[in-house]
Amino acid sequence: MGLDYKKLGLKIGFEIHQELDTHKLFCNCPATLREEEPPIKIRRRLRPAQSELGEVDRAALAEAIKGKGFNYHVYPDTICLVETDEEPPHPINEEALNIALEIALLLNAKPVDEAHVMRKVVIDGSNTCGFQRTILIATDGYIEIDGKKVRIPTVCLEEDAARKVREDVSFVDYRLDRLGIPLVEIATGPEFSDPHTPAKAALYIGQILRATGKVKRGIGTIRQDINISVSGGARQEIKGVQELALISKVIENEVQRQVALLEIRDELKRRGATTVEKKFIDVTNVFSHTKSRVIQKAIEAGGVVLAVKLSKFAGLVGKEVQPSRRFGAELADHAKTYGGVGGIFHTDELPAHGISIEELERLREVMGASPIDAVIFVADIKDKAEAALSAVVDRANQALIGVPEETRRALPDGTTEFMRPLPGAGRMYPETDIAPIPITEDRIKTIKSSLPELPESKKKRFIDEYRLSESLAERIVLSENVDLFEALIRKYRVEPALVASTLEETIVNLRREGVQTVNITPSALEEVFERISKGALAKEAIPDVLRLVASGISVSSAIKQLGLERISKAELIALISETVRSNLNLVKERGEAAIKPLMGIIMSKVRGKVNGKLVYELLERELRRASKVQTP
Amino acid sequence: MFGYRGKALRLLKSLEIEVGDRIRVEKGDRTYEGILMPRSELGDPNHVVIKLPNGYNLGVKITKETKITKIEKGKLPKLGLPPLEVKRDPAKPDVTILGTGGTVACRIDYRTGAVYPAFTPQEIYSAVPELAGLANIEVMEVCNVLSENMTSQLWARIGRAVAKKLNAGADGVVVAHGTDTMGYTAAALSFMLKGLFRPVVLVGSQRSSDRPSSDAALNLISAVAVAGKSDIAEVCVVMHGSTDDDFCLIHRGTKVRKCHTSRRDTFQTINDIPIGMVRNGEVTTFRQDYNRARPEGKVELDAKFEPKVALVKVFPNIKGDIIDSLLDEGYKGIVLEGTGLGHAPRMLYKSIRRAVKLGVPVVMTSQCIWGRVDMKVYSTGRELLSLGVIPGEDMLPETAYVKLMWLLGHDLSQEEISSLMRTNISGEISPTSRPDVFPTPPVLRTLVGESRL
Repeated sequence: MGLDYKKLGLKIGFEIHQELDTHKLFCNCPATLREEEPPIKIRRRLRPAQSELGEVDRAALAEAIKGKGFNYHVYPDTICLVETDEEPPHPINEEALNIALEIALLLNAKPVDEAHVMRKVVIDGSNTCGFQRTILIATDGYIEIDGKKVRIPTVCLEEDAARKVREDVSFVDYRLDRLGIPLVEIATGPEFSDPHTPAKAALYIGQILRATGKVKRGIGTIRQDINISVSGGARQEIKGVQELALISKVIENEVQRQVALLEIRDELKRRGATTVEKKFIDVTNVFSHTKSRVIQKAIEAGGVVLAVKLSKFAGLVGKEVQPSRRFGAELADHAKTYGGVGGIFHTDELPAHGISIEELERLREVMGASPIDAVIFVADIKDKAEAALSAVVDRANQALIGVPEETRRALPDGTTEFMRPLPGAGRMYPETDIAPIPITEDRIKTIKSSLPELPESKKKRFIDEYRLSESLAERIVLSENVDLFEALIRKYRVEPALVASTLEETIVNLRREGVQTVNITPSALEEVFERISKGALAKEAIPDVLRLVASGISVSSAIKQLGLERISKAELIALISETVRSNLNLVKERGEAAIKPLMGIIMSKVRGKVNGKLVYELLERELRRASKVQTP
Repeated sequence: MFGYRGKALRLLKSLEIEVGDRIRVEKGDRTYEGILMPRSELGDPNHVVIKLPNGYNLGVKITKETKITKIEKGKLPKLGLPPLEVKRDPAKPDVTILGTGGTVACRIDYRTGAVYPAFTPQEIYSAVPELAGLANIEVMEVCNVLSENMTSQLWARIGRAVAKKLNAGADGVVVAHGTDTMGYTAAALSFMLKGLFRPVVLVGSQRSSDRPSSDAALNLISAVAVAGKSDIAEVCVVMHGSTDDDFCLIHRGTKVRKCHTSRRDTFQTINDIPIGMVRNGEVTTFRQDYNRARPEGKVELDAKFEPKVALVKVFPNIKGDIIDSLLDEGYKGIVLEGTGLGHAPRMLYKSIRRAVKLGVPVVMTSQCIWGRVDMKVYSTGRELLSLGVIPGEDMLPETAYVKLMWLLGHDLSQEEISSLMRTNISGEISPTSRPDVFPTPPVLRTLVGESRL
């Protein structure tokens, strides 16, 4: 894009949310995710609560206006009354608190003397009680990226939210399996000013988290929220970036979006645009013979076509604000969120979608719209259409001022869509069901005495101690197999590089072939390396053995099936001399050069059963003997 | 001061810092800036609590190296909603909400760090504006106690307020009440309000009203609907009918019991079916035998209760000394929660005989909760009957207790009390035992199979 980020005053901070590998934070339920249909569904509603400082939060209000009900999916064998908000929370999961403190210390943050559980009001239904419990456990940490300090102002321990599985106009379905899983939230300061360093910092923090060995792994267990602003623009919280690779792209797109929104504002100012009024006109007549299927269907279902004029917005609604997302899409996001409609039509994109030039002209005429004005219209039940247009006008009026503060959802292509207005600071109040938790010096001391080795020093040790190459050391250090790797080489006399490459290359390659590598258990790997250390299995056979093991059979049956039982040296010598004898012509013709084809013949019979180097030595000796016999 | 005491209080006082002030706390390599918050009294006296600008609270332990400075004088956090003024609509019923305390109306209490009754009824109204569409609401605070602190004097005070409001023309009265002893108060009102011609509805909540998921709003809306629109001229309890925010059940005040410590649908009608239900503000009845509302009438309050009545649970190894000490303390009546069909061990016979001789009625109910006492089946029951124990039919132990208190307040003979205890006065005794009112845990439908249940 070639934007000058410094000049734009780009400010970025991010939050990492990492699930901890333990039971739930305020009850004893396991952190088990469920995929089958639930035996019980509970129907609830939420109302905004008054926060401690006497204001109802604006994000909370926005959700209340949406007024949806919630279906909670309950699995009684792994979900209890705490998740269903039918029982007060139990005392905090001490293991989770210890892991969070450990992470805080690894990030050089300073634990608080006494932790207070807070209720953060979230009434989109993702928490059954209408708030997320969250605890500030340490402040003022830092990490170093490329020799530069990155501040970590806060480390919090909180409950994960329920998983949204479905949504329609009146209900949202949430699965309660994820609700309450302990989550560590790590926030950086707003100190990044380019789109690329945040991804590096996120990667590094991820490595530290995994170094504890006590965090969950896999899709969805670590999520990034990004806070972005540019001067003159506004702070945006972009939620749920699950891939590191997407971070830079999301940032670039958001900068582009804010620049475009500011351009729209400046253009509106230049045109002398004023506040849009909520004057909705029923234009169903205009479309009584329309070819637009969407409008036809809506009218047949008893709906109306309702329109509003956005004075002096012509051309701006169709302006691209993110790659392939126009300003019109932002208006549509609000219409969908608050009106529950499928979408909107705007004159900047028409004629199209079956709407003719004639209809467009009549629409403009009915609306009293000149060519510099845009018209937005919605086809739906009247109430919904009104709510949708009302939200469109609110958003359009914000465009006159600039960029509204929003919470936005990251989409897989790196663009974002509107979720809700950015929550204000008033949405926290104390959780009175749980007493303050003192964090004693003794507790900190105990945790400090057993802090894990950080990835950087571990990598160095692997290179020095195990003679791994830099790249293999890096891969194994960042891998979830790092502890297994060390356990294997401590237990068996095997080449560390062989173990590392088996774990990080062989198995990865098998997975790419489509092999079910999840079936390769640590104990199967132990058995393989035990045989290798005893010389009972050749390392060349590892991929074939593991491929069979992954299909669900034992290591010994795999070896048998592959015909890899070890052959004795005597048998090997017999085989070699037999082979040489039956190929005497070849030996005569080629002399010592015959070793290559002969090696091929023999290895095809013994591959995996015996070390290739040994075959070569024995064959060489046999050939020398054979040539002596020939030349007396 | 707001829960601060000891070391923390002394330090704050010496620095002239008050709750709500913006302060800086320095300790070693840490510095926090924020607003001084109240301290829960359950916390120790050695921490100060501050709210950071990001909304989080944290506690800082006061040691020699803790340095606190006042940055700015602050405002006390203001609690409460603006009272909502609504003009009276003559087409809508007039409903009075009586506040008594309890979790239908509450806020955060910094003194105990817990949820505490404190919203005024006006605030409830402004928190649930839907009520405006249902009725013209009047609010009045009768008392402000947690329901476990309820007494028979307070029952009488509530009864007086109800009678006054109904006789003054209210179409119905809602009593907001803590759930713990709501069943007892409902029974007390059932006996003391004579000639009831309009609905009296007790309502509460199991999830405090300071949280978005509170059941208070739906319960209150449903209660006001029953009070304003229904023809049920009885004392009833209206609370969630299931764990969903879907419908509320209307329970008869003498047949209802809190059956779960924390669930929304904690209240159940025992040994019978509820009077009806409320969904979306619409009342449906399940039975015909309820007292019908009339446009005119006069409620007479008969609120004399004998407070010295005890409810005693029978258990293995129980000794007569429990009953003896009650008699020695001058108790005037005893309700036993016996085992099974209404039994008590022989060990108690002597003391029971003594009670009867002293003119102290002994009433038998069952700790089984469900079912009817029958003291003629086993010899123990027959022996207890011959000692003069009064069988309590299918009455709830709590209802029998309240009923005995009420009867004993009325200067009746022993024979009259015995006879009235066995006579249905206010729906507390069902003539028949329905076969379909004993609850089965839903999980059994899966484990055993629907058809077998």
